[in-house]
Amino acid sequence: MVAITDTARRRRPAGGGGDAVFHGLTVAFAVLVLVILGGVIVSLVYGAWPALQKFGVGFVFNGAWNPVTENFGALAPIYGTLVTSLIAMLIGIPVAFGVALFITELCPKWLKRPLGTMIELLAAIPSIIYGIWGLFVLAPFIQQYVEPALIGTLGKIPGFGLLFAGPPLGIGVLTAGFILAIMVLPFIASVMRDVFETVPPMLKESAYGIGATTTEVVWRVVLPFTRIGVVGGILLGLGRALGETMAVTFVIGNSHHINLSILQPGTTISAALANEFTEAVGDLYQSSLIALGFILFLITFVVLAAAKLMLIRLQKGAGT
Amino acid sequence: MDLYARRRMSNYVVVGLSLAATAFGLLFLVFVLGTLLVNGIGALNLTLFTQATPPPGSSGGLINAICGSLAMTAIATLVGTPTGILAGTFLAEYAHNSRFGEFVRFINDILLSAPSIIVGLFVYSIVVVPMGHFSAWAGSIALAIIMIPVIVRTTEDMLSLVPSALREAAAALGAPKWKIIVTITYRSAVQGMLTGVLLAVARISGETAPLLFTALNNQFWSTNLNAPMANLPVVIFQFAMSPYSDWQALAWAGALLITVTILLLNISARLFASWSGLEK
Repeated sequence: MVAITDTARRRRPAGGGGDAVFHGLTVAFAVLVLVILGGVIVSLVYGAWPALQKFGVGFVFNGAWNPVTENFGALAPIYGTLVTSLIAMLIGIPVAFGVALFITELCPKWLKRPLGTMIELLAAIPSIIYGIWGLFVLAPFIQQYVEPALIGTLGKIPGFGLLFAGPPLGIGVLTAGFILAIMVLPFIASVMRDVFETVPPMLKESAYGIGATTTEVVWRVVLPFTRIGVVGGILLGLGRALGETMAVTFVIGNSHHINLSILQPGTTISAALANEFTEAVGDLYQSSLIALGFILFLITFVVLAAAKLMLIRLQKGAGT
Repeated sequence: MDLYARRRMSNYVVVGLSLAATAFGLLFLVFVLGTLLVNGIGALNLTLFTQATPPPGSSGGLINAICGSLAMTAIATLVGTPTGILAGTFLAEYAHNSRFGEFVRFINDILLSAPSIIVGLFVYSIVVVPMGHFSAWAGSIALAIIMIPVIVRTTEDMLSLVPSALREAAAALGAPKWKIIVTITYRSAVQGMLTGVLLAVARISGETAPLLFTALNNQFWSTNLNAPMANLPVVIFQFAMSPYSDWQALAWAGALLITVTILLLNISARLFASWSGLEK
């Protein structure tokens, strides 16, 4: 007995030592994740400092972007980022909802997996592919068919028509927003599908049992039950749309001019960075671009954090 | 119209719209892949793999970009995989119900969807500026940073799927915790973790934005990791935006190569997961 306890006692420190090392190692790498985020914030603030110091808060409200006179403002890129994302959401949310509805409630069982996989493959295609496709295929198509139709119909409405004014260029805010819609569609659809599947079958079956139609089950049972998760999924998609770079850079036209018409070229924060950063001459120019990046980071951070908190809340609710 | 008919009508409308939405989504998958195939296959030929990117107006290939992409992806994978797996291990094995663990998980999820161009800016200021020049190292670091959160996430998910009875059995035999994790938990979750790594590689092989201001691009064949290096995504970007038709053809060929690689990685990751019975 005594001998066994002795070996056990002698061995324990060895195991304990290994434990401490391994535990320490995993903690260190977990901390590294935090350090990366912290480093991103610090480096952005540091890089943006000269611009923020020179322009102050006015940077956000300044519509000028003139490398020659070194007068920079973030209004045009911020405006473009928000408008393209808004267009993407207006198109993407209803379509994603329809797709999620079809996958969870309507489609036959054998089709569920392949359909889910296809939607996920749509999400796996990198943005540069959407960009090159948008430039060579979608933009000419929109220029030839969609924009003339919009100008001819909605463009004739007084006031509202200003949104659709100007010549059909193909390259512009509308095309960028449309590509973004296609890109965020799979993200929103797969989150919606996942949260729809957390609805207890008993709830849905009870509703079907008293004669509710599919539509009524979805509107009155599924959606109220998953409200938070659905909004979380939408915000996740919005976070993607706001920061999406390459696809937008190809088709937005990169013009730092705020134009009310969505048919005209514009720019977004990420497109401005992708187009100009390596060619930015002068400290102030580069610093202004980093300040743009910092603003983008702040916006996406808030949106993604809100999305995450909502999805966590849903998870906890489903657990109880 | 009576109430019953009206309800049935509105149901038909919603079901119809839902079908239309699904068709719309799939239409674009087919449309994007279709144009890619048509334009890409037309531009495919052997010189792609034997010659470097040409100046405008002459013929050439993409070999420098292909090798550059492979090299940077490989380095990023070598750095990102162990980092991600260890951090994921911490979350799954050591951080149950701990506030710190929840915080790390939260931050990791934010990094997972953060705009990749921001990562490019970050690496630019911590690597490119101090070194004084663009380099393949900087590109690899940027890709690794994008890869880490993906692997952290999948590792944690996969380790959490391992039944705790296995761990308890090993603990009852007196195995120290690190040994349980390395020889029991890892071994039961290895397929799932590999799936995660494959998906992460797929994710970074198409990333363009973080490479724009880190690896930049290089017209010529280069094996120097300390200098700018050609890579497929940036070459596609430059060539597609150019007015030269032979450059545009090369961009399509590169786009096809990248997409096929990514889809193959994704599909094999899925097959891998379903073979090992991880997918529900």
